[in-house]
Amino acid sequence: MRSLTRDDVLHVAKLAKLDLTNEEVARFQRQLSKIVDYISQLSEIDTSSLEPTSQTTGLENVFRKDEVKPSSYTRNGYFVVNAILDKKS
Amino acid sequence: MDLPLTIKDTQDGLINKKFSAVELVDSYLARITKYNKELNIFLTVTENEAYKKAKEIDKILGYKDTKILSDNPLLGVTVAHKDLFLTKGVRTTAASNVLKDYVPTYSATVVDRLEKAGAIMLGKVNCDAWAHGSSGENSDFGATKNPWNTDYVPGGSSSGSATALSSNMSLISTGTDTCGSIRLPANFNYVVSLKPTYGAVSRYGVIAMASSLDSVGSMGHSVNDVKQVFDVIKGEDGFDSTVKNIIWQKEVKPKLRIGIPEEFFEEGPDREVKENIEKAVKVFEKTGIEFKKVKMPSTKYAISVYYIIQPAEVSSNLARYDGIRYGEKRSTFGDEAKRRIMLGSYVLSSGYYNEYYLNAMKVRTKIRKELDQVFEGVDVLIAPVAPTAAFKLGEKVNDPLKMYLTDIFAATANLAGIPSLAIPFNFSIRGLPLGFQLMGPRFSEYTLFALGEIFEKETDYKPKVAKL
Repeated sequence: MRSLTRDDVLHVAKLAKLDLTNEEVARFQRQLSKIVDYISQLSEIDTSSLEPTSQTTGLENVFRKDEVKPSSYTRNGYFVVNAILDKKS
Repeated sequence: MDLPLTIKDTQDGLINKKFSAVELVDSYLARITKYNKELNIFLTVTENEAYKKAKEIDKILGYKDTKILSDNPLLGVTVAHKDLFLTKGVRTTAASNVLKDYVPTYSATVVDRLEKAGAIMLGKVNCDAWAHGSSGENSDFGATKNPWNTDYVPGGSSSGSATALSSNMSLISTGTDTCGSIRLPANFNYVVSLKPTYGAVSRYGVIAMASSLDSVGSMGHSVNDVKQVFDVIKGEDGFDSTVKNIIWQKEVKPKLRIGIPEEFFEEGPDREVKENIEKAVKVFEKTGIEFKKVKMPSTKYAISVYYIIQPAEVSSNLARYDGIRYGEKRSTFGDEAKRRIMLGSYVLSSGYYNEYYLNAMKVRTKIRKELDQVFEGVDVLIAPVAPTAAFKLGEKVNDPLKMYLTDIFAATANLAGIPSLAIPFNFSIRGLPLGFQLMGPRFSEYTLFALGEIFEKETDYKPKVAKL
């Protein structure tokens, strides 16, 4: 059984910026160990001749046409854009 | 009024003045007001927006324009959106406390397209938080109940989407499917659903779970309704670069061959589910469709591959919820979200990346290649959607691994990026819905629709909603 140690859980929680209580660390250690044990079954396959799949569309380098489009209008030498902060608190 | 259960009946009723759009909205909202507290389907009801749209529709109908339906193909169709779909100005929570007060500044492409086609949004529906779940029990706002029997789960993660239809609170709904999350709840609710090809429908504006697996789709009471919605939502939008317009193959081959994956029927499904699919096979055989047994030995690894790749992508996609720019802090995440973020971080971390994530991506290639080979000998595959009909609330929720294994028949379609149409058929001995899924090669949706319509015709299919 491929188990996770308490340190493994703390390390991973730190990487993921998750603040866990002691109870959570213990509970997740148990639950995640079971899952990691199950997914470890993949090590029995020979994958040496396989390329990894990152996505299934087969598309590469999807670009839009590099066309020059008119920019925002200007006033006094500044570009005019929509307000972002539009509510008074 | 007796609510129509198909788009055609709804639009016929509106055009022939049997009822107005406002009356439709009155009836749906009355049902939501009466039953939503117990069933917990809608998280946000957009009453004002729905009436505003309905009044506009009644006005347009008054002009008696013969082109009205071709310009607005979904005129008068009520829609419930899974709360993962961003809706401008309308609270979107992902069913998580992290976003409990979040109001988006733009709408998802799918939401916009349905709106422009004349659909009336009734509100946002419940789901497993962040789409993490197969039962509907992981919502931070309480589990949705199955209208067919409220002691049972509705299925997940698009629990509200399926139950909005089975409780007749909406005519159509949207959902997402990363490993069965559209097909499974639809299957547990006697509703038709489509998980489209990865790259057929834009994911823009849909809260991301696992970006190489997420598929945006819909549910309806008939194959034709799901097809009509697909026609509106599919295609390039300039925002999701995994979507490219293609020339759709709408001509269906005359002699179709359906494959029965041996591995899917060996141990997995229980006897009721299995025997029901054998009945479905006989229905298709009567029309001259040929069936062949096919072997897909790599499918036994599908769940392991999925539960490495998906949490890895989840840990990345949920990193944006830092509680600084929007939303609550990260400790507000529920248990399942925390588990998946940690699992993902683990399989991507230094020392484990090659053994887990890279390896899983390679096995994913193996599964895809096997599937490509199978599709040289058959046109479509038939399979169960879930190992059993709906199970009881609380039955699997304390055993994450047991819950994950519910997805065993769903994973293949997402890993390979292929479409699947899930069709309801019969009920279990306990009165819970049963059904099956038809999977085809990428972009074969119209072949799946054609088969679905043949099946509906042969079984004299009628939409059914639960008695509440």
